[in-house]
Amino acid sequence: MGMTMLEKILARCSDRQRVETGDVVSCRVDWAVEFDLPFARSHNRPVPNKVWDPSRIVLILDHVVPAPTVVMADGLKAARAFAKERGIKHFYPEGRQGICHQLVAELGFALPGMLLACGDSHTSASGAFNCAARGLGMMEMLYILCKGETWFEVCPTVRYVLEGQLAEGVYPRDVIHHIAGVYGEHLNQNVEYVGPGLKRLDMAARQTIATMSTELSAEFATFAFDEQTEAYLRDRAQESYSPVESDKDARFTEVRTINFDKLEPQVVMPHFVPHNVRPVGEVAGMKIDQGFIGSCANGRIEDLRVAAQILKGRSVHPDSRLIITPASTQVAIDAAKEGLIEIFLRAGAVFTNPTCGACNGGHMGLIGAGERCLTSSTRNFKGRMGSKDAEILMASPATVAASAVAGVICDPRTTNQERNAGR
Amino acid sequence: MAHLTGRVWKFGDNINTDLMMPNIAYESPPSEQPKFVFSANRPGWSSQVQKGDVIIGGSNFGTGSSRPAAKLMLGLGISAIVADSINGLFLRNCVNFGLPAFSCPGVSALFEEGDTAIIDYPGASIRNKRSNDSLSGRKLPQSLIQLTLSGGVVPLLRREGYLKE
Repeated sequence: MGMTMLEKILARCSDRQRVETGDVVSCRVDWAVEFDLPFARSHNRPVPNKVWDPSRIVLILDHVVPAPTVVMADGLKAARAFAKERGIKHFYPEGRQGICHQLVAELGFALPGMLLACGDSHTSASGAFNCAARGLGMMEMLYILCKGETWFEVCPTVRYVLEGQLAEGVYPRDVIHHIAGVYGEHLNQNVEYVGPGLKRLDMAARQTIATMSTELSAEFATFAFDEQTEAYLRDRAQESYSPVESDKDARFTEVRTINFDKLEPQVVMPHFVPHNVRPVGEVAGMKIDQGFIGSCANGRIEDLRVAAQILKGRSVHPDSRLIITPASTQVAIDAAKEGLIEIFLRAGAVFTNPTCGACNGGHMGLIGAGERCLTSSTRNFKGRMGSKDAEILMASPATVAASAVAGVICDPRTTNQERNAGR
Repeated sequence: MAHLTGRVWKFGDNINTDLMMPNIAYESPPSEQPKFVFSANRPGWSSQVQKGDVIIGGSNFGTGSSRPAAKLMLGLGISAIVADSINGLFLRNCVNFGLPAFSCPGVSALFEEGDTAIIDYPGASIRNKRSNDSLSGRKLPQSLIQLTLSGGVVPLLRREGYLKE
């Protein structure tokens, strides 16, 4: 019996020939990625006086930059002090920052065949790079910062075979919404993404799907390695790496085929994700007060280009507002070079600094009681982006941009048709 | 280990971490944070909870973020969480903070709110004192049970001299 790509990584990191479903293994991590929030005094987490390996720890300030409150300002100060005292080599504070999951990609820390540990729940994002990556929480990260290892249970894997081509106006975000809508949660299961459809998913697309796999409650989400992965990492990889692929006789609990050809834009309804998704046509016309494009799910240059294509020469509806937050400083630089920021500003959108920002409701762009937000960020939980009496719906950046212009939820395919018809 | 016995509070499916630890808790001192638990979906609940109470949840309990919600549950005095299924990251947080928790398919149908639950955490079994019905759930590895019962990661690291005092 062969192993899946993930099982191979867990076997290597636990010095075993092989691992099997049900095994609980102790693994050395290759990279430990820490972020700002655990340093806030409200988190009350003790500070290590020695760390496992300062050269393998990456510290990124992302959730609350620049500091929105004194509590967070003190936390960022504590994070900076920790970086200095412990000699953390890879430290990315304000101005050289981005959302941690985007930075570890851009800077080549998330590498094929490696095990990347991070406290944040959307760590699955790095699975796009054929990397084993799972969100672990701040206390487990404290353990890892000290010891460089942690445990995993080897869970069964669901394999998604992707095929076909997405129609115009349909995006990778719609693919993962479709999976969540049809198959629901994947507790105690890993997911892997393979198949001919990967050819038409660039790395940004895979990062979107991998990030949102956290909302499936999956353990690990891992993509196959291919020439696109290799090309992305060519000038970025921090070190040499060895990709992994699932053996032909690896065991899967289920194999499901996702055909892109048939997909439509998909909207996640308020408060929870599994089995809570509708085609955009069913919710079109619903008023929105705020649109948000950003986060580790959809704040990349590819997402901003899609938004700009829709917003160029148009205006955000007077009864709506649109906030656009790049996922990293590099994304912001690219957006400036390509003239996207001017398009956004002329359309009446707000363009912010890179940060998690409105996604986790800790910083800028909150929504008030009775308001409705359509977002391309990661979660639709009650109260997450502000008032508990607000509603959060989720959609692709194209659907968000088109809806912000209309002031109501609308199908981005219609908006594009209008443009093509010269209206 | 002696069995845990506690009064039952019931919660449904997809109870997420943002409900357990809303953003306002991030700005509050640790001692005040527990009062915000479930303030969006069940206002006033946190003041009714008593030390030793137990949460019985539906499926995908604890879905969502890495925020240290398990710590707030401990702060309220919750002694154990048993749910039809528990999100993997939340379960890790429970272990790492020292809060006994396990998945037990069907458990939400076994209890009504206010019942008394008798829980064998290492054995992952639970019994309703009123009906005497019992169920077995998903056992955690022995090492993780020990880590939980000894208070999670912090006491362990402190003992080994890793933490600033």
